[in-house]
Amino acid sequence: MSFLSGALVALMLTIPFAVYRLVKGPSLADRVVGLDLITSVSVALAALYALVSGESAFLDVAIALALFAFLATLGLARYIEHRGEKGE
Amino acid sequence: MLELVVYALVCGGIFFLFVAAIGVVRMPDLYNRMHATSKAGTLGVGLILVAVAVFYQELSVAARALSALAFIVLTAPVAAHALGRAAYLSGVKPCDTTYVDELAGHYRANHRLESAQTGLEEPPAKPLD
Repeated sequence: MSFLSGALVALMLTIPFAVYRLVKGPSLADRVVGLDLITSVSVALAALYALVSGESAFLDVAIALALFAFLATLGLARYIEHRGEKGE
Repeated sequence: MLELVVYALVCGGIFFLFVAAIGVVRMPDLYNRMHATSKAGTLGVGLILVAVAVFYQELSVAARALSALAFIVLTAPVAAHALGRAAYLSGVKPCDTTYVDELAGHYRANHRLESAQTGLEEPPAKPLD
């Protein structure tokens, strides 16, 4: 196993920590933080896979994923902020 | 030589992503957890993207990697700010050992900042002559 595929495995090991927060998180915002970390790690995985496979097209996957993560976090933040106004 | 630089950058990126992952589990409240993910997470992803740019040594790949890096560095603070504000307004409490809360008492129930409210008062209606 080469160094870079070992790095890929090491990076995957961080996802269970974020999933723990996603499942347990006491508030909805905690779950969003966990989800945000999962997408950050996914961006890093896509970029690292561009190194492992020698195929630079995987960088585009990383860019699209980063864009999507930003919009998802903003949307969820707006939802958390405005959900209280209707008296829950 | 160049390979060593790439390996060092990848190791640094994985280290910081691990720090973010451990922080998101171990930190006591939401605001501390966001501190871990938004800073250490951004740095970890950024180091790995720089490693990709160094590894390929092509202009098109480096431009894509660095534009992705710039996008992440610009948007991560915005997302973290929006989420932290939303959590504060929806009533997520800081942990017990927090003893400075500078936002306490500044927000009304309608989510408007108290100090911003004064400038938005409607001007008194002019009497028609």
